[in-house]
Amino acid sequence: MMTFFEHLGSLALYYINQIGRMGIFLVMVCMSIVKPPYYRISYVTKQIYLIGALSIFVIVFTGLFTGMVLGLQGYNTLSKFGSVGFLGSAVALSLIRELGPVLTALMVTGRAGSAICAEIGIMRNSEQIDALECMAIDPHNFIMAPKFIAAIVSMPLLTAVFNVVGIFGGYLVGVVLLGANKGAYFQSMYQNVEYSDISMGFMKSLCFGLLVVWICSAKGYFVHLERQGGFGAEGVSRATTSAVVLSSVAVLLFDYFITSLLI
Amino acid sequence: MEPLIQLIDVRKKFGGQEVLKGINLSIYEGKTTVIVGESGKGKSLILKHILGLIKPDTGKVLVFGKDMNIMSAKELKKIRSHFGVLFQNAALFDSMTVFDNVALPLRERTDFTEKEIEKIVNEKLALMDIEGSNKKYPAQLSGGMRKRVGLARALVLNPKIVFFDEPTTGLDVAKSNEIYRVFYRTQTKLSYTAVIVSHDVPKIFKLADFVALLHEGIIQDCLSPEDFQTSENPVIREFVDKTMGLIYESEQVEG
Repeated sequence: MMTFFEHLGSLALYYINQIGRMGIFLVMVCMSIVKPPYYRISYVTKQIYLIGALSIFVIVFTGLFTGMVLGLQGYNTLSKFGSVGFLGSAVALSLIRELGPVLTALMVTGRAGSAICAEIGIMRNSEQIDALECMAIDPHNFIMAPKFIAAIVSMPLLTAVFNVVGIFGGYLVGVVLLGANKGAYFQSMYQNVEYSDISMGFMKSLCFGLLVVWICSAKGYFVHLERQGGFGAEGVSRATTSAVVLSSVAVLLFDYFITSLLI
Repeated sequence: MEPLIQLIDVRKKFGGQEVLKGINLSIYEGKTTVIVGESGKGKSLILKHILGLIKPDTGKVLVFGKDMNIMSAKELKKIRSHFGVLFQNAALFDSMTVFDNVALPLRERTDFTEKEIEKIVNEKLALMDIEGSNKKYPAQLSGGMRKRVGLARALVLNPKIVFFDEPTTGLDVAKSNEIYRVFYRTQTKLSYTAVIVSHDVPKIFKLADFVALLHEGIIQDCLSPEDFQTSENPVIREFVDKTMGLIYESEQVEG
């Protein structure tokens, strides 16, 4: 019986520790972003390329099919009520307020978040982070800050791409394939999408960008402190899996809280 | 003579196991101190304490007279700017070329222009006998070359203290000798204080000014190589016998 409570206690202590060190990690990175010495712009642009530009294909692909399925479902549902004219606003609002930021964050987590975690985890395990510290180079400043800035810049831009392509996908299916009115599609969008909808989506994508890069970087950075052992290839793979799962769950969780705050 | 680095009663536990049980060690300026002992008994851990990568449970680590455990991040960074470290596996940045690896401390910590950086990096690579490998990635290098690049990176800012964590582990005899020659050449030229963790006994004695034996979590003694080999301390005696003694029992019997 005692072993059970000991196990429970050590588990609780481990998670409290983990939350604490991740919190301190976030503060350290944020401070290294605003305080000198400043990171080189070339490091940031490289990360924007890796996190943002290289994610465009997958974002376009998922955005297009999400818009297409929204067009298909929306057309069939709205036609039952004789409201096909609202298809454009239905597709646009779903994408801009919810699906755009959330699906983009999930896609970026899978594509770039996992890569960030694995890269930093391998650097930790092969003593590259220790080497940086010994060279008096702050890893928060040198490795993390450019990734954080890149994720926060890239996520809203990728979300915008996702939304535009999604709206086009809805148009393709709703208007071109199923024959809804082209003018009504765009007019309803124009009438019903407000600035507050766009700003909500923008806020969400900013928060998700920070959330994803924070969780994935911290999981890699503290891979050696993982409960199940973070050493070797298996340790990095476990940390990467856990980073992706945790980021995805956190995105969905925070989506609810941000929506309830901004709605 | 005041020691440059001093460890005073340093203790460290991992889980229930006490690895360091009260380390006392002094390292002097311009000298080469070699820490020897069995594998996996905490030699590299002592280095990590000196580097400030790990904090002791109790005890003090003084570098330039300042306690590494109670200093601010800024002070720690300042102290570390005098360090050069060659890690066991060289710890090169695997996504950077050899040139970028060696140039990194210059780019991040100095205001040199790219032209000046190129000159310094090429000089250091020449000192290590690895010119012409600038554009290669660490994965394309042999073990010995990786160590040389690691050493070039460690020395690029002319540090006052250089730490070597098992510099010849995994290398054949010829490559090990090459690393020792490079070490001797660079230390003669740059006259840095060296701390070497090694189990390459007795070869490493040739380079050492002092040899410290770590046994059962305690530094048994820190002596000159000659005194170390003739020490009356039974633990050191046993270590010397084990590492430098006869290989075949029959020969021992035959005398």
